[in-house]
Formats: sequence, structure tokens, C-alpha cells
Amino acid sequence: MTLLTLDNVHTYYGNIHALKGISITVDEGEIVTLIGANGAGKSTTLKTISGLLYPRQGKVYLEDKDLTKFKAHEIVAMGVVHVPEGRRVFSRLTVMENLEMGAFTRKDKDGIQRDLERVFELFPRLEERRNQVAGTLSGGEQQMLAMGRALMSNPRILLLDEPSMGLAPVLVDLIFDTIRELNQQGMTILLVEQNALLALDVANRGYVLETGRIVLEGDAKKLKEDPQVKEAYLGGA
Amino acid sequence: MDKELKFTWKDMLKYGVIAGVVAIYVILVGMVEAFNERYIIAETINLGQIALFSPVFLLAYFAANNARKIKSSLFAIITSIVVGLIGGAFVAGLLVLGTHMNLRAVFLNVSPELLDILHLGQEGMAGAIAANLIISATVGLLGGLFALMPHKWSNALLVGLSLVLLMGILQELMTITFGNKDWYKPIGEFIYAKKGLSWGGTALFLVLGIVLNLWRSSDKLRPGKKVAKLPRQQQMAVQIVAMLLGLAILLALPKFLGSYPSEILTTVGIYIIMGLGLNIVVGFAGLLDLGYVAFFAIGAYTVGILTTTGKLATVEWNFWMALPVAIFLAMMAGVLLGIPVLKMRGDYLAIVTLGFGEIIRVVVLSDWLKPYIGGAQGILQIPKPKIGNFVFKGPQQIYFLVLAGIIIVGYIAWRLRDARVGRAWKAMREDEDVAEAMGIHLVSTKLLAFATGAAFAGLAGAIFAAKLGSIFPHSFNLIVSINVLSLIIVGGIGSLPGVIVGALILVGLPELLREFADFRMLFYGALLVAMMLVKPEGFVPEKTHARELSEKEPFSSEIEPEAPARETI
Repeated sequence: MTLLTLDNVHTYYGNIHALKGISITVDEGEIVTLIGANGAGKSTTLKTISGLLYPRQGKVYLEDKDLTKFKAHEIVAMGVVHVPEGRRVFSRLTVMENLEMGAFTRKDKDGIQRDLERVFELFPRLEERRNQVAGTLSGGEQQMLAMGRALMSNPRILLLDEPSMGLAPVLVDLIFDTIRELNQQGMTILLVEQNALLALDVANRGYVLETGRIVLEGDAKKLKEDPQVKEAYLGGA
Repeated sequence: MDKELKFTWKDMLKYGVIAGVVAIYVILVGMVEAFNERYIIAETINLGQIALFSPVFLLAYFAANNARKIKSSLFAIITSIVVGLIGGAFVAGLLVLGTHMNLRAVFLNVSPELLDILHLGQEGMAGAIAANLIISATVGLLGGLFALMPHKWSNALLVGLSLVLLMGILQELMTITFGNKDWYKPIGEFIYAKKGLSWGGTALFLVLGIVLNLWRSSDKLRPGKKVAKLPRQQQMAVQIVAMLLGLAILLALPKFLGSYPSEILTTVGIYIIMGLGLNIVVGFAGLLDLGYVAFFAIGAYTVGILTTTGKLATVEWNFWMALPVAIFLAMMAGVLLGIPVLKMRGDYLAIVTLGFGEIIRVVVLSDWLKPYIGGAQGILQIPKPKIGNFVFKGPQQIYFLVLAGIIIVGYIAWRLRDARVGRAWKAMREDEDVAEAMGIHLVSTKLLAFATGAAFAGLAGAIFAAKLGSIFPHSFNLIVSINVLSLIIVGGIGSLPGVIVGALILVGLPELLREFADFRMLFYGALLVAMMLVKPEGFVPEKTHARELSEKEPFSSEIEPEAPARETI
């Protein structure tokens, strides 16, 4: 079943035409990845979905609801949660306080407690450091915290923006293992990555973006074999 | 870090020169002369001398403290004496220069009286120079000894000396307040000489300060610890009793203190209400607002217009009818200001709010509105509030109005901080973008902060109008905004008790020292710079800020430079 649909979305930054007619779909339970170079419009796509930017044309649907009619905070409450790039944690708050902020839109105490346990199960490191100030965590831990905080709002779909950015290879593997595990638990994920190889490994399907347009789409395995993709994003061969 | 490991003769010289320059500055701005008549101890030591020698004392202390870490104690002592000598030489140099040249053309304050003070009681020039050098060196030595003392003792001594200084300053006020009370006479005669504390009083307060500090810092004796051990119910009971006791003291205060101190307290109280409001905007929500005085003015003018019985009389309501209108209008102004600045952050927000504050002041002064709000002549004959037969006529009565205002506003601020909206403010303060991604509605969250802050200022303004009975545009200067912001910073941004402490220090203290008025801004500036260097989180820090400013972030080895962008073809 299709959970998220973007239909011919055009987004502008002032006069700059950043997204020039993006159409993508994400089915329930899938990992879909958007790959492409810097400035291709990957992050802009995520921001348009989560309501941080408004498309000038086109629609974004969560099932049959038109998200472009809602504000960012309402979209979060509807279960679309964005993990912004660059490990944006509340650096002066503790790990626990960060996670509590993630549950801001919720009022079901039992559910929050359950999700907290789930996050700690997924990221045991966060439980060890629950009273530590987030700014003093390592880069990998901050990424975990950013993801854990997003999970605290009990999302239906997680929008991950460059989770591997600036992390050591070991940690990148750890983060991607977690993404896989989350997906196995049933989480739908839209993943934006510069590291195309990793992203296509973990994803079911993928879209290739170039300067605001989708130039290629299809099964992740097939994309990995595609000569064009290999040439441009997988370092030749 | 390498830099701190060295302490050479050059550093010694540097500290000495700084001490000298600061001392000369203090002299030239006129502080020494202005404070010279304010005796602290037994007609021997006055505030002018303290102002003159405190730069030497402080810098000798800092120098010795640094020297002590690297070299021997003896070296530290020598350092402090050298710093004192250099500082004294500067002052002596000024004395020589001032005697032989007319410095007054440039430095107005170099009067014959000032030069007389700098002679330090010696007749001839040689004697005066020697006195300066010897006393400075001695003061430097004291600073050095202070640095060498165990921390616990130097702390206690500092508290003792501060208490002596405070009680010395308070002499006039104490005499005005209690002078004609029977119970005070023997006490006053014991602790005070004709001018300043008596020797007995000095010793008493010094010892009292030291003992109090040692008692407070020894863990076993701390009352808080004992209470914490009690069962929960008893803890509650102790808290309630303490609160009632505190309230009783606060209620008895104006009667006990009399008119003048009550006047000071009401002024401080009005600033506390404003501080609590601005603290929501700046401290909780992280929105830097420099035009806060505008809401204070709106509150005051609303009450003025609606209640005045003078020339500009309109509806002649009573205070209680005008009060909600004043608060409501201030709140609306807060929202109106909030809407255009929703998208602005940091510096831009500060500049726009600064402009807003000035607009209100200029509008109030304008000829255009003069028929309604009086222009520069202001609004006169604002009646005092009444409840039944009780009229809030003087400071001793207005005090209760202010106290009630603080309690209500403080309670609201405290509850909001821990409520959902408080968490939203905190998230927004830390990172607006992420807050939005977490589902926080930025527009309503920001507007609520502006509106609440403005409403508090409106209340403060309303009380201010009722207190003075007349209002003039010049009471609503930018300086008010800056005062409120400074008191928040000094107390600790985001901290509720900090607002009270900040207001007492920045508003209360200068009121006690009339000579101080000219140097108020200098004192603010120096205090703010010192705070930023020594205690940036404020006197009573809020948890989150204390964390950021006191903990060094360990370098996290896992962060690598951002991956270079891959080339596209």
C-alpha cells in the first residue's frame, strides 16, 4: 500500500527553482532512498514533505491526505518525522530531555514509555548516557540520539537526511544496521544519502536526483548495476 | 595552555601597569573624590580610598594567584608587592603631574581637592609620594596574601569584608530608618561611629561574615541537608512553614523599614516584575528583545489616560478597572510586534525590537498625540489605587501592590516554565529548525512568549504609573530595557531567583548610594564584563545555561571533517 506520494512537486527558494517536478512514492514497510550529488534537491524534497518548505506546485499525500494543506507541526503529529542533516540535537539538553522533546506532540504516557524502551533497546548507548548533555556525545551517538528522538514521536514514516555524514566508517555501519533493523520492525523509511552504495544496499527502491529532477528510478539492486549510476555515484568501475 | 605555565618579570610589570591605569581611570572619572566623604570604618577608611586602592588589590591578587601556580609562594608575595609599587607609582605620577600642570582643562575632575586626597594626609610632595608607594605596596601585599590563603578562608574573609563594606554603606539608611527607635539606639551606638562603622562594629561584622560563610560551606551544618533527610511529609511541612515565615517577613517589611527603604523596594519590585517578563522572552524562549520598555510604557500610559483626573481626564476610571485594559493592550502590542519578527533571529530581532521601543517613545513625545497623552509634559494627577478604605498612597502601601504583582507573575512564570509551552520555548531556544521538526508550532510558541512578557511589563507599567501619580516620556528610555536585560544577565539568564538577585544588585544597590548615580553605567558595564569573564552563567544560574558555560566539551574523536562532495559529471 502506498504511504507517501509526491506528485509533480515544484519547490522554490525565492526565485531559485530547486525541485522541478518531483514525483515519488513510498510504500508501507519500504526503505526508499534518494541519491544524488550536492545540490540535487534531496534535502529540499524532505523539507517539502515535512512542511518546512511549501511547494509552489504539486501535491504531497500521506495515504489520501494532502500534506501541503498542513503546517509542519501538524504533519509531525500525523506521523511524518524528519531527522535533519548534521546531527541536530539540542546540544545543551540531556539525552533524556532530547528524547522527551521528541514526544512533544504526544500525550499518551504509556505509549511514550513504551517507545522510550524501544529506543533504548535499539541504541543501548543512549540508555547508558541518558543523563549526559547531548553536546558532549560523540558524533555517532548524536546521530543515534537524533534518530531516537524522531522515533519518540511514534512516526509512520521516518525521513532520514544524510545519517552517515561526517561519521567514521564503523559508525556508519552501525547506523545503517539500525536502519535495517528499524525497517524489519515495520518502519517505513525515506532515506537521503550521498553515500549511494550504502544507501542502495539497504534500500528496496531508489530515485536518482540531478538538479531538481528525477533522472532514474527503480529497484535498488538494479540501480546499483546501472552503468550511469556506477559512473556518477559509485566511483566508476 | 602553554601561556599559563609561564610567569615572568614581564607579566609582573603588566599586572602592575594595568593596576596603575585602572587606578588612574577611577581617579579621573571622579569616583575617588565623589566617594571620599562616605566613611566605611571609623573615620579612617572611606569609600574613595577603597575605590583608589581596590585596582591594586585585585590585580595583585590575580598576579599572585597566577604566580603561585608556577613558582614559589615567596615569588608570589614579591609579585604582589611589585604590582602594588607600580600601581602606587602611577598614582604618585598623576599627583606630581597634576600639581605642576593644569590637567583640569582636559580632566575636569582633577580638582585641588582631589590632589589633596591623593596626598594621603602627607604635607610635602616627597612624603605624599612615599605614602602612595608604601600604602600601595601594602595593599598589594594584602592582595598577594589573599591569593595564598586556602580557598575556604579567603572566601570567608571576602564575605566578611563585603559585609563590613555593606554595613558601612548602609549607615545613613539605618540611621534614617531606625534612628528614632528605642531598641536601635544602643545597637547603633555600638556598631557605628560618627562616620562609618566603629572599630567594634567592624570587628563584629567581619567575624559575623566569616563565621556565617564557614558555617554555610561546611556540609554537616547546612540546614538544607538536614531537611533533605526528613521524610517527605515533614519536608513539605518545613517548606510551607518557611514560605509562610518568608511571606510574613515580606509583609512586615515596609512597616518595619519605613518610607525611604520601602520606596527603594518598590522600585526594585517593579524591575523584578519586568525582569520576570523579559526573562520569559529572552531566557525561556531565547528571543533577544531590546525594546521591552515599550510594553512598560503602554501599561503606564493606559493607566494614566484612563484614570487621570487632571487636564487630560477622559473616563476617570479607577485603577482596578484600568489595570486589565493596560495588561491587555500591552499583550496585544506584544503580539503585534511579534508578528513581523516571526522569521527573524538573533541580531535582526534585537535591532527590530530596539526600533520598536524607540517608536513608542517618540510617538509618546510627539506633538501629534500631545492633546491626548500630554507630550513632554506627560500625564499628571493619576489617582492612587484603593481597596475599600485602604489607599495605596505612599511607598509603604504601594509596596503591597508590587509584592502581590511579583507573587502572581512569579507563580505564572514558574508554572509556564515547567508546562508544555515551557518545553516548547526551551526547544525553540536551543534550535528553531529542530523544534519545528519535532512538531512545535513556532508561530504560536513565539507569540505566546512575546505576549506573556509584554503583559508582565504592562502590569509593571500600570503599577509604576500608580506609584508616581504622574508619568513622563523620559521615564521610558532605552535605558530601562537595558537595565532589565542586564539584571537578567547578572542574575542568570532563564533563572527565576536570578531575576530577584539581579534586580537587588543592579537596581537596589545604586539606590542606596546616592554618590553612585553618576557612575551607574560605568558600574553596569564593569559588572557585566566581569560577569562574562568570571561567572557567565550569572549569580543564580539556570540549569541548562550552567551546563553549557561550565562544562568543557570533550573533543569527540569520532567526528570527522564533513565528507567532501563527490564530483558530478
